[in-house]
Amino acid sequence: MANADCIIIQGSNMAECHPVGYQWVAEAKARGAKVIHVDPRFTRTSAVADKHIPIRAGSDVVLLGALINYVLTHDLWFKEYVSAYTNAATLVHADYRDAEDLGGLFSGFDPETGAYDTASWAYAEQGGDSIDDPGAGTEHGSDASARAAGHQFGSGGPPLEHAQVQRDDTLQDPRTVFQILKRHYARYTPEMVQDMCGIDVRDFEYLAHAITENSGRERTTCFAYSVGWTQHSLGAQFIRSAAILQLLLGNVGRPGSGIMALRGHASIQGSTDIPTLFNLLPGYLPMPSAGRHDTLSEYLEAIASKKQKGYWTDADSYTVSLLKAWWGDAARAENDWAYDYLPRLNGAHGTYETVMSMLEDKVEGYFLLGQNPAVGSSNGRMQRMGMSHLKWLVVRDLNLIESATWWKDGPEIESGELRTEDIETEVFFMPAATHVEKAGSFTQTQRLLQWRHQAVAPPGECQSELQFFFQLGQRIREKLAGSEDERDRPLLDLTWDYPTDEHGDPDAEAVLAEINGRHLNGPDAGKPLSAYTELRADGSTSAGCWIYTGVYADGINHAANRKPGQEQGPAASEWGWAWPANRRILYNRASADPAGKPWSERKKYVWWDQEKGRWVGDDVPDFPVDRAPGSQPDPDLGGAAALTGDDPFIMQADGKGWLFAPKGVVDGPLPTHYEPQESPVANALYPQQQNPARLVFPRADNLSAPSAGTPGADVYPYVFTTYRLTEHHTAGGMSRWLPYLSELQPEMFCEVSPELAAERGLEPYGWATIISARSAIEAKVLVTDRMRPLAVGGHTVHQIGLPYHWGVGSNAVVSGDAANDLLGVTLDPNVQIQESKVASCDIRPGRRPRGEELLALVSEYQARAGVTIETGNRAVTNPALEGIEPGPGEGGRAAGGPG
Amino acid sequence: MARRSFLQWPVVRQLSTGDLLGRGPAVTSPQTRTITPRTATADRVVQSVCPYCAVGCGQRVYVKDEKVVQIEGDPDSPISRGRLCPKGSASEQLVNSPGRQTGVLYRAPRSTEWQQLDLATAIDMVADRFIETRRRTWQQEDEKGRLLRRTMGIASLGGATLDNEENYLIKKLFTAAGAVQIENQARI
Amino acid sequence: MGQLSGPTDPTADAHWEHSHPRKGFFTDTSICIGCKACEVACKEWNHNPQDGNLELLGSSYDNTGSLGASTWRHVAFIEQGQERITEARETGRALVNLGMPRIGPPAPAAPAATDLAEADTTPPDTADFRWLISSDVCKHCTHAGCLDVCPTGALFRTEFGTVVVQDDVCNGCGTCVAGCPFGVIERRSNGTVKVATSREEQHTEHPAVPNVGVAQKCTLCYDRLVADETPACAKACPTTSIKFGNHDDMVETARERVAGLHAQGLTEARLYGANELDGVGGTGSVFLLLDEPEVYGLPPDPRVPTADLPRMYRRAGMAVAGMVAAAAVAFLKGRA
Repeated sequence: MANADCIIIQGSNMAECHPVGYQWVAEAKARGAKVIHVDPRFTRTSAVADKHIPIRAGSDVVLLGALINYVLTHDLWFKEYVSAYTNAATLVHADYRDAEDLGGLFSGFDPETGAYDTASWAYAEQGGDSIDDPGAGTEHGSDASARAAGHQFGSGGPPLEHAQVQRDDTLQDPRTVFQILKRHYARYTPEMVQDMCGIDVRDFEYLAHAITENSGRERTTCFAYSVGWTQHSLGAQFIRSAAILQLLLGNVGRPGSGIMALRGHASIQGSTDIPTLFNLLPGYLPMPSAGRHDTLSEYLEAIASKKQKGYWTDADSYTVSLLKAWWGDAARAENDWAYDYLPRLNGAHGTYETVMSMLEDKVEGYFLLGQNPAVGSSNGRMQRMGMSHLKWLVVRDLNLIESATWWKDGPEIESGELRTEDIETEVFFMPAATHVEKAGSFTQTQRLLQWRHQAVAPPGECQSELQFFFQLGQRIREKLAGSEDERDRPLLDLTWDYPTDEHGDPDAEAVLAEINGRHLNGPDAGKPLSAYTELRADGSTSAGCWIYTGVYADGINHAANRKPGQEQGPAASEWGWAWPANRRILYNRASADPAGKPWSERKKYVWWDQEKGRWVGDDVPDFPVDRAPGSQPDPDLGGAAALTGDDPFIMQADGKGWLFAPKGVVDGPLPTHYEPQESPVANALYPQQQNPARLVFPRADNLSAPSAGTPGADVYPYVFTTYRLTEHHTAGGMSRWLPYLSELQPEMFCEVSPELAAERGLEPYGWATIISARSAIEAKVLVTDRMRPLAVGGHTVHQIGLPYHWGVGSNAVVSGDAANDLLGVTLDPNVQIQESKVASCDIRPGRRPRGEELLALVSEYQARAGVTIETGNRAVTNPALEGIEPGPGEGGRAAGGPG
Repeated sequence: MARRSFLQWPVVRQLSTGDLLGRGPAVTSPQTRTITPRTATADRVVQSVCPYCAVGCGQRVYVKDEKVVQIEGDPDSPISRGRLCPKGSASEQLVNSPGRQTGVLYRAPRSTEWQQLDLATAIDMVADRFIETRRRTWQQEDEKGRLLRRTMGIASLGGATLDNEENYLIKKLFTAAGAVQIENQARI
Repeated sequence: MGQLSGPTDPTADAHWEHSHPRKGFFTDTSICIGCKACEVACKEWNHNPQDGNLELLGSSYDNTGSLGASTWRHVAFIEQGQERITEARETGRALVNLGMPRIGPPAPAAPAATDLAEADTTPPDTADFRWLISSDVCKHCTHAGCLDVCPTGALFRTEFGTVVVQDDVCNGCGTCVAGCPFGVIERRSNGTVKVATSREEQHTEHPAVPNVGVAQKCTLCYDRLVADETPACAKACPTTSIKFGNHDDMVETARERVAGLHAQGLTEARLYGANELDGVGGTGSVFLLLDEPEVYGLPPDPRVPTADLPRMYRRAGMAVAGMVAAAAVAFLKGRA
């Protein structure tokens, strides 16, 4: 980011949430880069930016779409980059119909399941047919969504049958991605931005000029986002819109370019790479699904066709090596490498579904590992009620967090909904070790693994997760030893023999070595692997997470590399180790032109050295190192061998950056604006109000407020958004117990504009009660000009800011009502992340009522708004649009059309 | 000795150092004259990484008598260049916080209070419950006879603040046991 | 004997044999992100107790209020509208070359300022709103009121030119508290690291609060400087808003920064504490502010109480001499 000429921070409050990372923005700004903050609130980031542009929460696709439209209509796109490196010239299937033609829906929507059949979005094949994904037929969108399939592409794109696409390099064919893109965003104008985002035209132009003037051969613009983009019912599409814009401007794979995801937890990247997630296996391999991945060959076919381009074609090597790492000699060719030891999915098993299962008494035992869902998850009441149905709960944390004490001091005890003496749940609180009391690696937000050495032993009975799970595994295996039960085989055959120290604790470095992988036979048997390209599908290698292979090359823990930054070049490649292959910028082949020359001297990074016949530069080239720029290998070779000299996007099935997503995104091939689940504003672009493919949970404990245009919307007239403060950490487990942090932000508050305070009679620093369709909480009032009412669609939209760090309990230094109690659960269909950045509420002066009266207040609002479990939960807004399924060649224009 | 004490008298030092107003060396106390930072007297310095957000700032952990006495930024880190935010700066308090729990606690069904439990017993009890729940809630196949081989009775949440090696063991053990509902903050 | 007012080298005045260059801070509020890392790093290093009653203070994002016995770095947050920004731009333009506004002899109109005033320096994006954020700290004055009035020798001028309380000497008389023109130094009274609610019985005992009753303030991390380490706040600061170094370099850097901002049209920038002709002889901690000092809660015209001492001594001396003369005359007369 320090190399950027313009930085747009949108969907992130970087200076507050990543203060030390912000030094690079500050440095870029000191060098003359322009910094613009687009956010509903004026925050500490806005305070040090060149400009703050207030935006209505949840309207980002309108703004980004308008920027795309601006770039296209003003002919400001980076022509050589776009033509060579993106799929702009690729033709899409003739059956494809755009949201512009169908009132906000794309072709293939099934109102029965509320999901898309994505077949018509496919690329047109050379010959006329479409290129679908390989494996067992086309998967229905609802199944893909249940697998949170979008998440799987964390290290590359979704599969295609092959890469023999049709192209029109003049970009004139109406079926080219380029023309589709132009049509799709034609109505995303500055005026629409004014109407929907509340951003005036001058501010829009300022932004558009800043971005386009700082893009091209000589200059680059960088976007930074975080959960301000992800936590929406179309969060993945927010990021896709920015990706399209950045590809059009040539801002991917180059210094100071890209879209930076600023992640909030020390190893949240690592816990996605080595996933404690239901839908993934290590290295973004999918968890097998019943009916789709019943055999190993079905599973491998579904990940990637051997005929497509890129490195995913070697998924068989990655999978077999993983199975060898886990089951050692029990994984053999004749049992498909113990593939059937893996459990199968058959639906969505995400954290919110799990909590709903708890309420149905289907879940007996629950482990909380450094996480505080009673405060930090949406619809906190549902979380706590769910836990009260468990037979046993294990909370492993540093402090007695609210998720460990809800049974004695939670909000439902106060409201009378739960009585401690009636709660059957057994609770184990197990004290955890801090980061200095154990050795191990974190993977930070730029995919960099950094090793921490142990400084001291944990105090008392505190244990690391490594110690605890190793011992729990040992104990379980001891108890099952000798079992003849076939279902116990995976546990008994598991490789679980890590070297231990004198206290019986496992050596973390030995676990890292297993993750890295090793040769299993031949002369190198036992030797650590150096690169994932050494992995084989014949059982001769093992690796616990293929993308991390190389971190332990030559038996050296490269995550512990610590050559001081001041003694290294800008890529600092000898500090820690970045996956894959210690590469710092992904897809960096794109930093050179199609002929392999840097786009400019100023933005030089990786280039083709004709004499050496290799790619060279400041980083590890993210490309076959000897593939010359002009190479045109036979596409039938498949895999990396099929990549042409100008296919920089080596993990994509066609080697190109995807402006249009023919696969892999379940709620539309192009980002399209929909309103949030709850919104006081009607969608001015389409009759379709909300994302039709969003995941809804119509339940009495998860009601939604009516949206604009439906009766009762005025009962919850205001928008609220939730966020973090610099002084605290997420649900507070690591900050509200510390006096030095607690005193800096001691109390829950809400931020409101002076206009809203006047409208509702709110006293500065007095109390207010905020009521949503789920719950009511109280907060102190900060009246501030940093919150600005926005003129949207002819009326004023007031936004209320709510930090979410506090929770109700009696053990922390500071406590307070939890903002997440106000939120409901509605999920993005790609990744199943909840919409917690925007919802509707009312606000009034004074503290909230206690006990049963609190429940009465919430019910009174629900009754007044006429809220039922159906409210807001229809997939398709306009019933006249239901059942649309345009046949091939038909116009497919629906009643109601674009409005 | 007496002579040295006499020389340490402020008035003598005022005259001998020329600090006649008694504002400088003449008035330094023994404590002041021997002052040393605890970073200099630490037994060892250990390189670590901040446990809060995902920027991954380098930390130096100063240890004296097997206790952490100071945590500050690591100037060698090319990511953070020695700087820390307020949370990172409070890391020593995170480790040494007086409110931190260091013993196992157990709450029995319908009980109104915690009770203490030793660690080995607690792990054993959790292992028993794990096995029992797994057996009781086992699903071998679905209604179409396709293999499921799993339990939907055991779930976990957490991992984003944990180490890669820890997440790896969690995923490995739970998957082998057939527990699929494993989630963390990345979904939130 | 050292001076009591005007430009001087305070370390030399204190007669340190092996004096180091004078050390100090330059706090550039224009790049402060208000993260409060300085407050926490300071407390953590000095083991200062938590203070305050864990309630919102009613002052934007500031909940520590002011510098005091247990808060040695304090971050202020001030919200302003366009009118005030324009005014600040005007006053800053007039003050461009003045170390500290509105004090000392009338500044000779700096040529640089005139040049800037004539140039079109309207910045491209005039904000209609801003949030001023500033980290305050002890000024380590050239002529330190607290030090000059301390009757016990508890306060001393270090070899780095800074001013430090020796808690093993201080008897808590409180004279220094009135002596500080910035209201920085205070006696530690009821600050505690106690928590708001009941604790479980197995919790360890809280550490005892150190130095109750003793005057306390920023030491500029004297205990780190002796080992050539950077003060905790400056080391932690994520954006280098707090810079630490030789005082002369800090003043120089600060002047360059102000000139740079003025060249961009941001004429609201001005220095605070860099004028050695002011009432405290200039401060060891200098600041770049974006508005009048009062806006940040800083005195516009700080004046050390001892600044007038020489004049008072001269007068008193004359009076004494007169009285002695009179007495002598009377005595001699009596004798005669």
